[in-house]
Amino acid sequence: MFQLTRNRQDFYLKFFLKLNGHFSLLAIFLIFAFIAKESVVALNEHSSSFFLDESWFPTEGKFNMVPMLAGSLFVTFGAIFLAFPLGLFSGIFASFYCPAKMYTSFKRAIELYTGIPSVIFGFWGLMKLVPLINEFNPPGQSLLAGILILALMVFPIITLSLIASFEMTTTNYYKVSESLGLKKSTYIWFILLPSLKGQILGATILSIGRAIGETMAVLMVCGNIVKIPSSLFDPIRTLTANIALEMAYATGSHRSALFLSGLLLLSVVGFLFFLFEVFKKRFSWKV
Amino acid sequence: MSLSKYPWKGKLSDEECCETSSIISVKNLSLSYDEKKAFNEISLEINRGCVTGIIGPSGCGKSSFIHCLNRMTELYSNTQVKGDIHFNGTSIFDIRVNLLELRKDIGIVFQEPTPLPLSIISNIELPLKEHKFNNVQDRAVQALKDVGLWNEVKDKLKTPANNLSGGQKQRLCIARTIALEPKVILMDEPCSSLDPISTDRIEELIHGIKGKYTILIVTHNLAQARRVCDYIFAFWYDETSSCGQILESGTCAEIFQHSQNKIIRDYVGGIKG
Amino acid sequence: MESLTKWLSWLFGLVLIIILGYILGDIVLVSLKHFSWNFLLESPYSAGRKGGIFPIIISTLLILCISLLAVIPIGLTSALFLTEYSDRNNKSIIFIRKSIEILSAVPSIVFGLFGNAVFSVYLGFGFSILSGGLTLAIMALPLFITTAEKGFRSVPTNYRLVASSLGMSKFTMIISIIVPYALPSIFVGIILSIGRALAETAALIFTSGYVDRMPESFFDSGRSLSIHIYDLSMNVPGGDVNAYKTSFVLIVLILTTNALINTVLNNWYKKRIAL
Repeated sequence: MFQLTRNRQDFYLKFFLKLNGHFSLLAIFLIFAFIAKESVVALNEHSSSFFLDESWFPTEGKFNMVPMLAGSLFVTFGAIFLAFPLGLFSGIFASFYCPAKMYTSFKRAIELYTGIPSVIFGFWGLMKLVPLINEFNPPGQSLLAGILILALMVFPIITLSLIASFEMTTTNYYKVSESLGLKKSTYIWFILLPSLKGQILGATILSIGRAIGETMAVLMVCGNIVKIPSSLFDPIRTLTANIALEMAYATGSHRSALFLSGLLLLSVVGFLFFLFEVFKKRFSWKV
Repeated sequence: MSLSKYPWKGKLSDEECCETSSIISVKNLSLSYDEKKAFNEISLEINRGCVTGIIGPSGCGKSSFIHCLNRMTELYSNTQVKGDIHFNGTSIFDIRVNLLELRKDIGIVFQEPTPLPLSIISNIELPLKEHKFNNVQDRAVQALKDVGLWNEVKDKLKTPANNLSGGQKQRLCIARTIALEPKVILMDEPCSSLDPISTDRIEELIHGIKGKYTILIVTHNLAQARRVCDYIFAFWYDETSSCGQILESGTCAEIFQHSQNKIIRDYVGGIKG
Repeated sequence: MESLTKWLSWLFGLVLIIILGYILGDIVLVSLKHFSWNFLLESPYSAGRKGGIFPIIISTLLILCISLLAVIPIGLTSALFLTEYSDRNNKSIIFIRKSIEILSAVPSIVFGLFGNAVFSVYLGFGFSILSGGLTLAIMALPLFITTAEKGFRSVPTNYRLVASSLGMSKFTMIISIIVPYALPSIFVGIILSIGRALAETAALIFTSGYVDRMPESFFDSGRSLSIHIYDLSMNVPGGDVNAYKTSFVLIVLILTTNALINTVLNNWYKKRIAL
């Protein structure tokens, strides 16, 4: 039996662990590399058409991505616009106004939101929300539906981050605030939240990243028409949904263009991540 | 520290320090945390305009006692309070009492200096605005002057209060309390985390503002009690009921020089601590 | 201001709970109305409108298996590397940690593109359970590594000191002390990865494919539960009811994994440092 000496054992172990440890680094590198490689064809042949073509008609070689980029941006920022107050007030509710006995259950409920798969959010949106919107302004599949569903998916990030920050804040400030006869709301808006500006910003950036990357839910409720939306009730198609819908049968430069939009998404998320890191350093907050 | 700077030191008179009238009247007050009693059936009167000290070893409920006086104990869900406390004639537990107003009238300075995470001037302005005072800025500046902090911070009013030293922070906390023009100021060992010079400043401050305010100070430091207080309540730990109670009370001189109670005599004499 | 804050907080809190109840309640009620155990045991027919989801459950389980088989060794070794050797190689450790953080931020559709490019095309696996499982493994990797690392780091330094003082080799120390101690964390990591994988759809659409019959091998295409829900609701008219029932199964599975984590955290962890 081949017996390694203890030193030899440790040496091989270190080498083996070091090799495996770098796997994540390799993975991220490979992801960028492969996606970039697949996008090269599209970049070479059609570099200007991504903004100048009439629209996205891949079969005819037209690859204007702007309508879908617009769709992604509108639905993301609309969702954040809604998710921010949702997250803020539900966090405040949990920590300040919720009866103590309900606190854990409420927190579990919010955590449950994060556990529901995006497909099920999309499904429920399709079954219930879209017909509801349809009553007011057909068709129901629209930017609005996307915004609402995405907001529901993304707000827990802000809520849970707030609740965690509240739990960690020194309780001294609350005691001092009470001893000065300050109202609860004064404490919340003028003392506590301003001191958590950094965490709130961080959570918002995370939410934006999550929202921009969402595929299934927006695919199912947004209608998938390639057109820059002119109203909340217009159907839209996001970059992500575009990839999901067309990858199965795309070939050649069409496929390459889809990879390119993937590269675009990757870059946006990478940029957000970079922003997050910069803020973390500058304001030195723990998220 | 020459005695001439502190003319009241070294002079412990037997006389009452002023015309006594009671501002806070405590009757049979008991406090328990989760069934365990902190102190039992305490009754006392706090005289208006005087500095009253509460001395005694740790664990007999001194801090808990003064936290009851402006109902700070209600912040913790496991406390039970029995008995009554009257402030200016009305019970503080009366339904009609506005808790926020009560806390304005009876302010408290904690052991750890805790300025709010705002700028120096906002620390004082925020409570003033909250309680709807006029001339907020002038009052804030005056408060800073009263505690002797003005010269040290007048150039950096908008900087974070947390950047101040311990002694400065504590004086800021006192400033924000007196800016609200309370009737009573409760102080829970305000100097225990400070250096001697800061302690000195605060004692000077206390002497300067008494008369206008009634001050109730809990202190471990017997020398400080001797320097600063007009009246003393001595708490002690009672073995039988395993909680705090008052062993003796009286003017400063009475307690330090002619104490009737052997335990207290030993305590203030430094024989037992 | 005070009452406004109070009312708004209560409003939002209640509305969110009601919506959650509506979503879950809707799924539960519709599914129970058409309930039958056969659903879990039959194969789908008529494009999934009728019949059950048995092969789909099997496909899902197979995909999960592949992911776990890939994630656990790589995740464990990476986490061990980060804990045991983090003192010396500072630069590369920082890069590795950043990579892990970036990996967790990458959108799932991009993983799908990557999986397609690497596993389906480059390595030639085509639309298969193998491609899907490996793609999911990379997605679950950051979560697993973070959880496992927390577990390894929570081993009290005393144990390490004792091991060194007894002249134990690092290998033995890892195998006999550190890994057993961190077993609850590893278990939680596995469950979290399963939860993540179950919920995933976009990455699987063009790696493991759409086929809804029973897969014959790992190289066969297979449909996961989440893809089935998507297909039934978007592409199959009249597929709603079965979509509801499949959603119900998926939610039950996810809730079970959540509950498992909570029980592990409460019981097994009582003596250990919390996650």
